[in-house]
Amino acid sequence: MADARTAPQEILLPVRPGFIALTLIAALFLNLLPWAGYWLWVRPDFVALVVLYWCIEEPRKIGFAAAWLLGLFMDVADGTLFGQHALAYAILAYAGIVLHRRVRMFSGTPQVLHVIPLLLLNDLIVLGIRALAGADFPGFQYFIGSFVAGALWPPLGVLLRLPQRPKPDPYHA
Amino acid sequence: MEYSPPPFFKTGPTPLVRLLIFSALSLTLLVADARFNYLTPLRQIAAAIIYPLQRTASAPASIARRIGDFFVTHSSLRADNARLAEENFSNAARLQQLKGLQAENAQLRALVAARERLNVKVLAAEVLYAARDPFTRKIIVDKGLQDEIKAGRAVVDDRGIVGQVTRVYPWLSEVTLITDKGQLVPVQNLRNGLRAVLAGTGNDGVLELRFVPLNADFRNGDELVTSGIDGVYPPGLPVAQVSNVERNAAQLFARITCTPLAGVASHTRVLIVSEPRDVPPRPAEEQRPPRPKKPRKG
Repeated sequence: MADARTAPQEILLPVRPGFIALTLIAALFLNLLPWAGYWLWVRPDFVALVVLYWCIEEPRKIGFAAAWLLGLFMDVADGTLFGQHALAYAILAYAGIVLHRRVRMFSGTPQVLHVIPLLLLNDLIVLGIRALAGADFPGFQYFIGSFVAGALWPPLGVLLRLPQRPKPDPYHA
Repeated sequence: MEYSPPPFFKTGPTPLVRLLIFSALSLTLLVADARFNYLTPLRQIAAAIIYPLQRTASAPASIARRIGDFFVTHSSLRADNARLAEENFSNAARLQQLKGLQAENAQLRALVAARERLNVKVLAAEVLYAARDPFTRKIIVDKGLQDEIKAGRAVVDDRGIVGQVTRVYPWLSEVTLITDKGQLVPVQNLRNGLRAVLAGTGNDGVLELRFVPLNADFRNGDELVTSGIDGVYPPGLPVAQVSNVERNAAQLFARITCTPLAGVASHTRVLIVSEPRDVPPRPAEEQRPPRPKKPRKG
């Protein structure tokens, strides 16, 4: 397991805002795929995952507004109460932005262990709002998605860092 | 301190302030939506924005389905054809009977000067996806305001009632299934005409008859059809079958569970039934009789 303090650090190019927007739209797309049956339980909340990733990696380039708007879109797509995902994503973005220095100290598994509680918090907020609106507890399988999302965190990091890799310098080949 | 340092790093309000702003906004929206239903236009704008994304996301599944349709085997086609021909044959006989009955019914209704029931019109719609929300049972279909769908329309499949249109967007609409928790359908027992209210439980394939007295005559296997007294569902459509009757003398009401007849959780096409008839205006608040239609939760 590589420790961020000892591992050789890559210097990455600045991320383009367009790339952030693209990944967020892709995450929304993944959420909108026709998941059904058991897959619905296993499905990670891709939007929450990508929002959290950018809040931790680039807290200055993504704001609450983006997270909040994506939440509204999720609410419309799922036909849920208007604002429940918006509130959850806003709080998730806050947690990501506040904790970003701490989380970036770690890499690999310890980082995942920071991410999963944050995603569970996101689930709990939605659950709380639904409980206030009179819904029943849907069972503990409701939380599976967040653990799957936690497992997806390291590959997601690799994937989203790819475009920021500096191009090989032709003069120092 | 008189002079504050120059703002080298302008970052706007702190995260906490922003969080409070956006939380307040979300809470306002939540209350406005849950309590007052003010947000229909806002919802429709948002729905129109993500419509292309929704359609593209559900495209792979429908394309796969179409490809699957293309590669059906000859034998399955033939079996289908034979089955359909047979069904058509038996239906034709029933249809002739129905025509006779309709004519007779019209005559009888004219005799008792009853209001004539309008013909029910239906519109076929394709199910795009089931809402990815573990708390509710909803499906999204591909017909909306453009096709003059209105909220409150009944949705059926070839076997019975599926649900009710609850929200309409420009090109899509949202159907709440009868299995959704608290979704109510006024029904009638086909065997003896007893009326009751059928409520969803939030579990797939389980419905529950509410507020049925212990001595009411419901048996296993009884078929329940819509009674039509709510003015939402057209009367006489099959809804569910009684699967279990539990009478416990310690309780006030019998516990009757039913299974829906329609493939509530598994279909790709549904029919949206247009306004069946004009309903007389509701009686004034004061003289309203106790309605079984909207019982309080409990």
